[in-house]
Amino acid sequence: MKQEQAFWRQLVLRIPYLWLLAFFLVPFLIVLKISLSQTAIAQPPYTPVLDAAAGWHGLAALFAGLSLDNYVLLGSDPLYLLSCLKSVEIAAFATLLLLVIGYPLAYGIARTPRRWQAVLVLLTVLPFWTSLLIRIYAWMNILQRDGPLNDVLVAFSIVKEPPVWLSTDTAIYIGIVYSYLPFMVLPLYATLEKLDESLLEAAADLGCPRWKIFWLVTLPLSSSGVLAGVLLCFIPIVGEFVIPDLLGGSQSPMIGQTIWMEFFGNKDWPAASAVAVVLVCLLVTPIVVYQNQAMRVAERE
Amino acid sequence: MTMRRVSAFNLAAIVVGIAFLYLPIVLLVIYSFNASRLVAVWGGWSTRWYTELVDDAPLVDSALISFRLALTSATAAAVLGTLAALALVRFGRFRGRLLFAAMIYAPLVMPEVITGLSLLLLFVAIAVDRGFWTVAIAHTTMAMCFVTVIVQSRLVDFDTSLEEAAMDLGASPLRTFLSVTLPLILPAIAAAWMLAFALSLDDLVIASFTTGPGATTLPIRIYSEVRLGVKPEMNAVCSIMVGVVGIAVIAASLLAKLSGARGVPARVR
Amino acid sequence: MTKRFGSAAVVDHLSLDIYEGEFFALLGPSGCGKTTLLRLIAGFERPGAGRILLDGIDLAPVPAYRRPVNMMFQSYALFPHLNVEANVAFGLKQEGLPAREIAHRVADMLALVKLESFGCRKPHQLSGGQRQRVALARSLVKRPRVLLLDEPMASLDKKLRGETQFELMGLQRKLGLTFIIVTHDQSEAMTVADRIGVMDRGRLVQVAPAAEIYERPNCRWVADFVGDVNLFHGRLGDDGLTVEGTVGGRLCVAAKPDAEPGTMVWVAVRPEKIRISREPPLPGLDNCVAGTVADIGYLGDNSIYKMRLRDGSQVRAAIANIGGPAERPVSFDEQVWLNWPAEAAIVLMR
Repeated sequence: MKQEQAFWRQLVLRIPYLWLLAFFLVPFLIVLKISLSQTAIAQPPYTPVLDAAAGWHGLAALFAGLSLDNYVLLGSDPLYLLSCLKSVEIAAFATLLLLVIGYPLAYGIARTPRRWQAVLVLLTVLPFWTSLLIRIYAWMNILQRDGPLNDVLVAFSIVKEPPVWLSTDTAIYIGIVYSYLPFMVLPLYATLEKLDESLLEAAADLGCPRWKIFWLVTLPLSSSGVLAGVLLCFIPIVGEFVIPDLLGGSQSPMIGQTIWMEFFGNKDWPAASAVAVVLVCLLVTPIVVYQNQAMRVAERE
Repeated sequence: MTMRRVSAFNLAAIVVGIAFLYLPIVLLVIYSFNASRLVAVWGGWSTRWYTELVDDAPLVDSALISFRLALTSATAAAVLGTLAALALVRFGRFRGRLLFAAMIYAPLVMPEVITGLSLLLLFVAIAVDRGFWTVAIAHTTMAMCFVTVIVQSRLVDFDTSLEEAAMDLGASPLRTFLSVTLPLILPAIAAAWMLAFALSLDDLVIASFTTGPGATTLPIRIYSEVRLGVKPEMNAVCSIMVGVVGIAVIAASLLAKLSGARGVPARVR
Repeated sequence: MTKRFGSAAVVDHLSLDIYEGEFFALLGPSGCGKTTLLRLIAGFERPGAGRILLDGIDLAPVPAYRRPVNMMFQSYALFPHLNVEANVAFGLKQEGLPAREIAHRVADMLALVKLESFGCRKPHQLSGGQRQRVALARSLVKRPRVLLLDEPMASLDKKLRGETQFELMGLQRKLGLTFIIVTHDQSEAMTVADRIGVMDRGRLVQVAPAAEIYERPNCRWVADFVGDVNLFHGRLGDDGLTVEGTVGGRLCVAAKPDAEPGTMVWVAVRPEKIRISREPPLPGLDNCVAGTVADIGYLGDNSIYKMRLRDGSQVRAAIANIGGPAERPVSFDEQVWLNWPAEAAIVLMR
């Protein structure tokens, strides 16, 4: 019956493993391959295509047809470089905003009496369960030239003329902070909630004023939550598509928009793949850091 | 305990934060009842946008497709994700564990344009017709990672002496799993299922890449309408979706509280 | 058998015979390997080397769920999603018995542990003592050949612990099963067990009934671990019945130890065997030591007197408080003489 046990174990492991290999890893390799191909007016719209029937010959022909043309294109056309920089800039600044806004919120929730915490966490998470699309669309409503935000601003004489919000970077920041706030608040809250109160009390007992307690005790101890929140926000924001597309302008697209445009607009699959590969390379370091962090936390528990 | 007293600053931060989160949605729902077509002009209360929805056949179609899609992929993701979580927590250091764990955690943060693009290229490379099932596979793959993380954190907390007790009393490993482990991790699996359902229902980018003719999901349809500007019918659609999700989450949370669990598990990573 | 975790031998070439119908206790400090030994018998650990024989059959290759051995866990491990009846019936269901017989045996067992009316309650609705009885019932209902108990009374308060100990003994005698209990509480081991196996760092140091372990420990470690002891280091005299050169002078023992005269040995005397008197001893009395009372610890039923000898070393004596505190035999800083009969001391070689 030891073999029978081993059989079940293998099954439990192999099914998800093979699924992920087939539908996550292999597609990446294909993206890599396509990025090295040329665009073609054909179905599929790239060449060379692997001719399975031709056996090794086909494989050799495949490799012969690969080139780095697309990457050269990326390097030469300033559009792509600008797109990369823009994405990183927006992601970095937005993550900072999220940290500044999310930390007090998480801290506040962690400090409330325990029976309220579950409700508050639920309230914070609830909007997240509705569609991102819907929530961004809600902001489109608000940020319109003759929308409620401008109505309020004009009514309170904060501005004379209703400003234009949509198609600006500011709108993108608003959208991102709005959508990603739970991603920042939850890891922070999880860490802050586990904070041992007696440590804070000990610091007070030893003579620390409240702000010092925060700076010397709370903040360092919540660093793993900060790291998790920052990575959880920064990495996906770099590749965001929906938010900049609906709220931002078309003058300086982010990388996600660039990929979309190349793919659906220009039908240039190889170019889109090349941009995707560049994006992955950009993100590989933070992703690996995130994975290490996540595994370390899981193992510690 | 003086530390537990809620300071004014904390209270203000919480109230402002939560108000900020709900304001746009509340406004959205209000505008869906605006009789006038223009947002700026308040034309009085009206439900005409809702009634017009019913006649919009393609929209209703998309809604049904999205619903079926979410049901399928959430269930598949729940099964696969639970298996993966079991492997990660119970199987110790096996060969290939590092790669496995990397493949689980990466999709959680990977931008959707990349995962969508890569899956589309896969389907094209193996010459599969794109449609409902390709989107289902894509959604399952994305969601299973979330399921794994949620179930994993439950399994890590699991009291293994319960399983030992079951085996000591004569239950084989399989029976132990079915009669002791599974019932006790079921709340976590259920919460993960709900999350996978919401993710699938909500997804725009991945669906856009991996779908085919005849499988236009609701988000795709909404997006094609709104990218040109605000539309009052869309206000109504969105309000309905918000309502449905809100009721479902609150119901699930109440159910969890009644059955003695610790409330709806937040999407904690 | 031997069991290693990494490079450390948690159970080190250990050999033990346990008799049928015996209540056996494994006693030892934390980390000595007693729980590992129990888990090896239950089947949750595999021995690196060795055999576990039950009625002559080696259980080592048999998985836990097929062994005729049941365990009561320290945390009780009651299934939280099942009520008391379902918990107790769990093991019987795995055997595939007919429902009526299961119900019958469950009811009988619940009556035996005095929980008849608790059948429909869930574990979280029970007190600690009640949960323990459910765990006991769940294991016993399967009529195992051997019942293993892993520190079963660790989480009970003192009074409940005492009552439960006697209940366990009664149950064991009535059902005629073999019980193996693991504990770090020596008084518990001595109360319930027929024989005690004292373990240290993966090895069995002494296996004997409680009285023998207490009165005739086979080494200093056992003497010190089980109860309190005074040790005097000296050289064994020519006749084998005296020990010379100790801090208490020349000491006499009644039993001749198995050692050569001249070997360095220890004389072990339990505190309660020592008598204190204000008057100097009559000449010719063996085992007399002079000292000063350094400290007195009042424990209610007895008092511990810490005596400082001339050379600074300490001897402890325990005297029962027969009279009230006002009638203490001696008080602080008094010069006293300690005395014990030769039969009360034993010689330890290691």
